[in-house]
Amino acid sequence: MLLCRAIGVILLAASVLTGAARAEPADLDALVQDLGAGGFAQKQKAIDGLAATGDPAAVRSLEAMLDGKLYRRLSDGRVAIGAPSGQVIRLSDPLTGADLGDAAPADVDRVTINNRLRAGLRAALGGLTLLSPEPSVRRSAADAILKARPEGIEPLLRQALTRESDDRVRAAMEQALAAVQLSSAPEPEIRIAALETLSQAANQDVRALVAGLLVKDANGVPAEPDAGVRAAAETTLAAIERRLAMWGILGNLFHGLSLGSVLLLAAVGLAITFGVMGVINMAHGEMVMLGAYTTFIVQEWFRAHAPGAFDYSILVAVPMAFVVAGAVGVAIEQSVIRFLYGRPLETLLATWGISLILQQAVRSAFGPTNREVGAPSWMSGAIEVAGGLTLTYNRLWIIVFSLVVLALLMLLNRATDFGLTMRAVVQNRRMAASMGIRTGRIDALTFGLGSGIAGIAGVALSQIDNVSPNLGQAYIIDSFMVVVFGGVGNLWGTLVGAMSLGLINKFLEPVAGAVLGKILVLVGIILFIQKRPRGLFALKGRAVEA
Amino acid sequence: MRLPAAAATIGLLLVAAIAVPVLNLAVPASSAVHVPTWAVSLVGKYLCYAMLALSIDLIWGYCGILSLGHGAFFALGGYAMGMHLMRQIGSRGVYGHPDLPDFMVFLNWKELPWYWHGFDNFAFALAMVAFVPGLLAFVFGWFAFRSRVTGVYLSIISQALTFALMLAFFRNDMGFGGNNGLTDFKDILGYGLQDDVTRAALFALTALTLAAVYGVCRWIVGSRLGQVLVAIRDAESRVRFLGYRVEFFKLFVFVVSAVIAGIAGALYVPQVGIINPSEFAPAASIEAVIWVAVGGRGTLHGAILGAILVNYAKTFLTGSLPEIWLFALGALFVAVTLFMPRGIVGSLSGRADRRPSPAVTAEAPEAAARAPAARPDPAAP
Repeated sequence: MLLCRAIGVILLAASVLTGAARAEPADLDALVQDLGAGGFAQKQKAIDGLAATGDPAAVRSLEAMLDGKLYRRLSDGRVAIGAPSGQVIRLSDPLTGADLGDAAPADVDRVTINNRLRAGLRAALGGLTLLSPEPSVRRSAADAILKARPEGIEPLLRQALTRESDDRVRAAMEQALAAVQLSSAPEPEIRIAALETLSQAANQDVRALVAGLLVKDANGVPAEPDAGVRAAAETTLAAIERRLAMWGILGNLFHGLSLGSVLLLAAVGLAITFGVMGVINMAHGEMVMLGAYTTFIVQEWFRAHAPGAFDYSILVAVPMAFVVAGAVGVAIEQSVIRFLYGRPLETLLATWGISLILQQAVRSAFGPTNREVGAPSWMSGAIEVAGGLTLTYNRLWIIVFSLVVLALLMLLNRATDFGLTMRAVVQNRRMAASMGIRTGRIDALTFGLGSGIAGIAGVALSQIDNVSPNLGQAYIIDSFMVVVFGGVGNLWGTLVGAMSLGLINKFLEPVAGAVLGKILVLVGIILFIQKRPRGLFALKGRAVEA
Repeated sequence: MRLPAAAATIGLLLVAAIAVPVLNLAVPASSAVHVPTWAVSLVGKYLCYAMLALSIDLIWGYCGILSLGHGAFFALGGYAMGMHLMRQIGSRGVYGHPDLPDFMVFLNWKELPWYWHGFDNFAFALAMVAFVPGLLAFVFGWFAFRSRVTGVYLSIISQALTFALMLAFFRNDMGFGGNNGLTDFKDILGYGLQDDVTRAALFALTALTLAAVYGVCRWIVGSRLGQVLVAIRDAESRVRFLGYRVEFFKLFVFVVSAVIAGIAGALYVPQVGIINPSEFAPAASIEAVIWVAVGGRGTLHGAILGAILVNYAKTFLTGSLPEIWLFALGALFVAVTLFMPRGIVGSLSGRADRRPSPAVTAEAPEAAARAPAARPDPAAP
């Protein structure tokens, strides 16, 4: 029974919508042609007629008329949209957009409008887009009305509201209606009611509108004459500001977590090489860069050989980047680092040299400029939440991705033979060797693992940052800060360190500005290390004391 | 071995301080032994770098403190001198403002910020050249050494320090010229900076200062205090157990080193004609460390030699084969640490010296003690 009724409602709504959206093309064309008629009264009639069809196809012609881009060809009287290009005007059909050829300026007449018509056009346009079958178009029409509050839009808004089925669009329209009433309704009661509706909003435009009521002019006379309305405006303003502040905090939270996940990705490989092996790998950032360039090469291959599968190129790039960066890492370990174990400062200098070589090698091979890495379609776009907060998909994916990488790493560490032997070598090298573990091989593999994870980080960073030879340099100091802050040799510490640094950074940014915020964070870490020289999650006991 | 090397170094510097200006000014340009002015400034620049290398060698070679942020002290000294030179421009700037430097007029500043006052006085500026880096080193070292931040941790936070300063000096609101730094200097103490005589005098002054600073460093490391420093380098815990206040020794030598770096920066700026935030870049500080490693750490004159050699190679390579330079520098880092851990001077004088090489003693005892048992468990929550 309920189902039948629901289906009935849907069918009814559908018929209303399609009935509005599907006017006969012939009628529409005739009405559009009437826009070019001689008198203003006839034009107004044509505009009203087009508005009455409710067909969004008419929007183009009305917009062109409002912008003064609608022309009438003198030879056959046909109305067309014109775009001046050089000496001629290129004409196109107002409904289909079909090319109607070029015309000399002398061969066409611009369709003139006056102020009355302009107002009529705006109302018709707002109405047509308000009735669009596309919810997002209706939504932006409502938002536009809220911003501009054109006169005479109220009846149209009410009409749109009665047939609106989408809750979010309906809310936007109600707010637009309230905003229009607030600025034009003469009765204080209606304005107070409108303010009540608006107190649900989280929107800078509404805030400005309501705050405008309380502004006093030079003589101390408030913009709003009625005291009751002023009182209502004050409570509404407070409510809106509270809500905006809340969304602001949520926005900072998201951006902080997003930055934190980027830091986590960049630092987690370092947490292995530095934290576990005690090797200061200054070339870590270059492993990230190699991962980003691997993504670039994989994408180029997909563009050339399988453009249809481009969306999946990232999925191929992740293992490729791991292999490439990991292999380079193993090579570095075998050729340089294994001779320097127990001499951390020397390792630092040697790996810095390696980082210079890698940077210059990439610069020579790919050029010093940024390389374009595309985003797959499932990573582009954004979710728009209220209050001006947008969550972009690529940032969301990177948060997820970083946590997955961390989880896999912990699993590898705890649940596999390799993890077990790795921990054994780290804890007691000689004992591990006596048990038959080939420590040299484990060292190489551990270093390769850390480097490979840096490569994976490069895949993620290529989606949000410029892919250039200097990519790694931008992250190396931040990564070290994360590892040192979180506590060396502890993956949980890396997680907490990365996320808290990301959050602190983003919450300081609105207060202190981006650069000063970063400086404050750096100084804060320097001071923090004085207090807790081994980081947040320090390992305790005799073994730690050097 | 030690004393003759010290005497030779000071002697060479004194000879250079006299000979180069004479060959530049008194010998006609057509002569084969004439030194052109650009070469005087270039070598003067190398000598400033050598002084920076000396300051790093003092703490790294003799006390085991590897600072990756020593460029910060160099740049701060340079900025102090640059501020004096900016004030000397007076109303001759592009905007012709009597008090404000050009960039402040450009930013619509109305009056001189408080921290710029006094820099029109040369003596005050000189005092600041030593005081500002010294104060920063004192505060930083006080916190770091007191809480026993050592080894790579100290290296990393010193790098963070110079990185933070770089970001700060890039900001226009800081009042240090932002991205462009301080430049367009006209004269120093009334002598035009473009004049050959001024440049020759600055060169002589740099060479003499380097000789004096070298003497001071040699005296410090030769004293009883120097012996404690070396002991701290080789076995910090043991020195502490013997009752020495390790942090005070470290703090003292760190501040001295920072002041030397500041003086080097102050001599660098008038000869190069510009100071900008890129001097704070961590990469610049790490590059300075490699000069010391190449020359031989823990030798002092090795640091001077390394700085001059590497910078000469840089000038040569960036001029003729710019693509190669970073490869060469990178290879130098790797090769020196792998094959020549004691640097040029250390390798040459190695056989005469019975002591184990500084490269091994610097970290090895503690690292070796830690290595078998102490690496923390990666997975421990």
